[in-house]
Amino acid sequence: MDSAVDGPRQPPARAGSRLCTRCGERKAALKRPKTLEQICRECFYVVFEDEIHQTIVDNNLFKPGDRVAIGASGGKDSTVLAYVLSELNRRHKYCLDLFLLSVDEGITGYRDDSLETVKRNEIQYGLPLKIVSYKDFYGWTMDDIVKAIGLKNNCTFCGVFRRQALDRGAALLKVDKIVTGHNADDIAETVLLNILRGDIARLSRCTFITTGEDGPIPRCKPFKYTYEKEIVIYPYYAISHIMYAYFKKLDYFSTECIYSPNAYRGFAREFIKDLERMRPRAILDIIKSGENFRISTTTRMPEQGTCERCGYISSQKLCKACVLLDGLNRGLPKLGIGRTKGIAGGDGDCEQQATRSERNRSSLQGKHGNFDF
Amino acid sequence: MHLTLEFGGGLELLLEKSTKVHKVDLQPNDGDGKVVMKGLLAWVKSNLIKERPEMFLKGDSVRPGVLVLINDCDWELCGGLDAELEEKDVVVFISTLHGG
Repeated sequence: MDSAVDGPRQPPARAGSRLCTRCGERKAALKRPKTLEQICRECFYVVFEDEIHQTIVDNNLFKPGDRVAIGASGGKDSTVLAYVLSELNRRHKYCLDLFLLSVDEGITGYRDDSLETVKRNEIQYGLPLKIVSYKDFYGWTMDDIVKAIGLKNNCTFCGVFRRQALDRGAALLKVDKIVTGHNADDIAETVLLNILRGDIARLSRCTFITTGEDGPIPRCKPFKYTYEKEIVIYPYYAISHIMYAYFKKLDYFSTECIYSPNAYRGFAREFIKDLERMRPRAILDIIKSGENFRISTTTRMPEQGTCERCGYISSQKLCKACVLLDGLNRGLPKLGIGRTKGIAGGDGDCEQQATRSERNRSSLQGKHGNFDF
Repeated sequence: MHLTLEFGGGLELLLEKSTKVHKVDLQPNDGDGKVVMKGLLAWVKSNLIKERPEMFLKGDSVRPGVLVLINDCDWELCGGLDAELEEKDVVVFISTLHGG
């Protein structure tokens, strides 16, 4: 069909079509949400990649020789991240050893399909791929877990397990850093969610471009300032760009998880998108607000330690993954979920603490939780 | 008017057999022989969308987070809902709302 033709399709002349504000030569093809500039696709490529390079340089995200795992789900963000990062690595000589790291949650008809995408990326970008699974690490697939606990709270298990699985996989790869494809829209959404949930510890952390620097493997987000709109349009425009041959198989996976309605996050997401339509800068401004929150010195922040059982970083005696796993294995899957305090496994669920009587206390639930921040 | 419509980023799942590309023939119905985006959206809703139209439309426009390209050009630069379509135009809808 048409899009397979190399070179831009010639659009008919339209009233009001303008020239690119950067080169002044070609027809503008995109209104950048960040700057409202109207630019052509060639200039878009240049600024899109340059801005990410600049973010990497300005924030010292990598050191020469670093081994870096790209958290790869097969979705749009991580697929574009894997491509752009391997390009920039070559072009700007970062001297990074890049790896693709995927977590197989064991969701039939969802993850098995998206992993096929990641396997194609492995070949296309020439990056070694490591797949780790819930089954191997925990003895349970998400399919098993949903069978045991139903469709309520299953996202809690998945979020906690995924975060830890990514860390464990990264340790197996002996990498120095993990990068994830979280974009500006995701981060703005998470700032709002953390406010809505009164989660002070995460609120202060979720806008950091690098987290876990005190832990074994820091994580960073090179797309922190990159709008989702541009990430989505990037591979699409590539179809008729010179990178056509390279990109024609950049078919990212875009099916919603079959187990995840995740309604609360969905509302926040839709709200962000509504704001963006009215004022695209809102996304960067929310991030800025998140960055500038100062937590009062009287707010007690939880202390970090390690899980007594598995050694994973935790602010409680047992890490959240171990508490949840305990519940599953003992047939008490509600353990570690909900608002009851003090069931076996200890004061495991920190999520409740912030909302309870100790108003100005907050706990570091962020080591685990539903969201990868 | 012959148009090519493409649906991506998960929107194709709302259509019959999850078909991504649709070659359609639209009859302009507003007397002056024009088809504008607003009319196209209404047509898509009643002729192509099989389920969950709220994933595609909100009010009389696309749902925020759905990207629209007319001949590879951001529809925000072409007049949005009032953009006039022409014979053999290619209109692409991509959802950004699915997971990354």
